[in-house]
Amino acid sequence: MKMNFDKAGWIVLIVALLVAPWIFYPLLLVKILCYALFASAFNLLLGTCGLMSFGHAAFFGTAAYVAGHAAKVWGLPFEACLAVGVAAAAAVGAVFGYLSIRRQGIYFAMITLALAQLIYFLALQLPFTHAEDGLTSIPRGKVLGLFSLDDNIVLYYTTAVIFLAAFSFIYLVINSTFGQIVRAIRDNEMRAVSLGYDVNRYKLLAFTLSAAIAGLAGANKAIAFKLATLVDVHWTTSGNVILMTLLGGLGTLFGPVAGALVFVMLENYLADSGLPVQLVIGAIFILCILLFRRGVIGEIERLVLRRS
Amino acid sequence: MQQAEPILRMVDVRKTFSGFSAVAGVTFEVKRGSIHALIGPNGAGKTTLFNLATKFLKPSSGQIIFKGRDITALLPSAVARLGMVRSFQISAVFQTMTARENVRVALQTTRDDCFSFWRPQGVLNVLNDRADALLADVGLSDLRERKVTELAYGQRRALELATTLALDPELLLLDEPTAGMGREDVGRIAAMIRRVAQNRTVLMVEHNLSVVSDLSDRITVLARGEVLAEGSYAEVASDPAVKTAYMGTAHG
Ligand SMILES: Nc1ncnc2c1ncn2[C@@H]1O[C@H](COP(=O)(O)OP(=O)(O)OP(=O)(O)O)[C@@H](O)[C@H]1O
Ligand SMILES: [Mg+2]
Repeated sequence: MKMNFDKAGWIVLIVALLVAPWIFYPLLLVKILCYALFASAFNLLLGTCGLMSFGHAAFFGTAAYVAGHAAKVWGLPFEACLAVGVAAAAAVGAVFGYLSIRRQGIYFAMITLALAQLIYFLALQLPFTHAEDGLTSIPRGKVLGLFSLDDNIVLYYTTAVIFLAAFSFIYLVINSTFGQIVRAIRDNEMRAVSLGYDVNRYKLLAFTLSAAIAGLAGANKAIAFKLATLVDVHWTTSGNVILMTLLGGLGTLFGPVAGALVFVMLENYLADSGLPVQLVIGAIFILCILLFRRGVIGEIERLVLRRS
Repeated sequence: MQQAEPILRMVDVRKTFSGFSAVAGVTFEVKRGSIHALIGPNGAGKTTLFNLATKFLKPSSGQIIFKGRDITALLPSAVARLGMVRSFQISAVFQTMTARENVRVALQTTRDDCFSFWRPQGVLNVLNDRADALLADVGLSDLRERKVTELAYGQRRALELATTLALDPELLLLDEPTAGMGREDVGRIAAMIRRVAQNRTVLMVEHNLSVVSDLSDRITVLARGEVLAEGSYAEVASDPAVKTAYMGTAHG
């Protein structure tokens, strides 16, 4: 049954990705996809590994700045910009992971937050990030050296392909031989140690993978919106990705995607309404947590599985 | 002389928790091939001693020697890989997994694809036969596809034992394997400990004295973090110091 639920999810996802640009504004969809990937990367760490990072904006933002710089200053092609962004996020992730994974629970969250603040201050101070202004007018370039990404439909489908590839990769990791051990560590760390697993090495790899994928989302976002700013490394971005994940359903495959969809849509429509955006989102979030504790996808999954 | 070397030797091992000596200078040996019981009143330091031997806790001082090798500075996971594997006083299972998956996690330690985040876990199906055989040994054949949350307490303890045995440890440390079990389950687990001890060494903490007297070759009595007495069951049972230590405690 669980298998069928996931299979249905994949079909819905692929169909939605194909037809969405005929219904919604492509750039809005690109934003949703970038945050959906970011939230899925976060969920890889929290849902599979049980590690609640409060500093994931560091990886998203680092990659955004590095990819933006690579495009604007070094003039690298689109794919290379993504690659250097991911590499930078993975490197920062490996270091942050090394410093934080020995701690548990709230201490882990606090260390990741503190380290992420360090990145924020670097972004504020370093010359290449341009402080308050950020990196602007980042050129999008061409995909595969052929199709200009300044065409919004090309940009959308390119982002959709990147998203689908990375999302499939996350699925592969969760269901890998490595993923099985990571789940065991999440379930009972002491037991995993007693069986001979050096749990810190597994956590570090999971952390680095999560950071790298968060970086891909950030790099893609920077190029798509021609912009990398302090918001990308700000702690509110770390907080938002937690909200998206919990909203959609922690530990479910599609939950973070649904959470990002709801979040970005809300933010988008509320922005024109004149209401205080953060406040309304916060209230909706509290309502959702009270009403559906498993998140949107978690509750749907429960209903579907119960009916059958 | 090979046989004379004990499989585990603890030399003047101490552990203090902010001034309080939970283990206050314990020296003792476990002979290879024996079933060795560790008994003592609540709070005597038995679990702490297990934690020290397996390096889940760092000793404040002293030395731990396993198979002739000083392991005092090793990580607990490294100690497990050397062949000393422990179970826990509170049943320790992977609660989101099935019984078979629990055992498979232990069997996976022998594989070299533990870090292969790109390899689908379907390849682990080759471990199913081994896992099922281990589950059959502890009487869980019919429940192998069940989530462990559906298992009764005694069944979880049995699963824990199967998972530990999956590593084929040379030295097995069992912390109260029969605690909280009904009489029938106690009998089954005791019989199983005897069977698995035929080709390995067992060190166990056990409060059920009939299990202790049935199974153990040697007994060490611990009280207030110190070794009070050591010997065969008859020797230990007739020791006046042991009788005093047990007087007025909840169980013995
Ligand atoms: N992490 C810790 N911090 C502080 N004190 C501890 C810690 N672990 C154990 N102790 C104390 O050390 C003493 C020995 O505890 P231990 O768990 O080893 O006893 P035990 O012999 O296993 O008892 P039981 O039969 O109840 O399981 C107890 O007084 C306990 O409160
Ligand atoms: Mg104990």
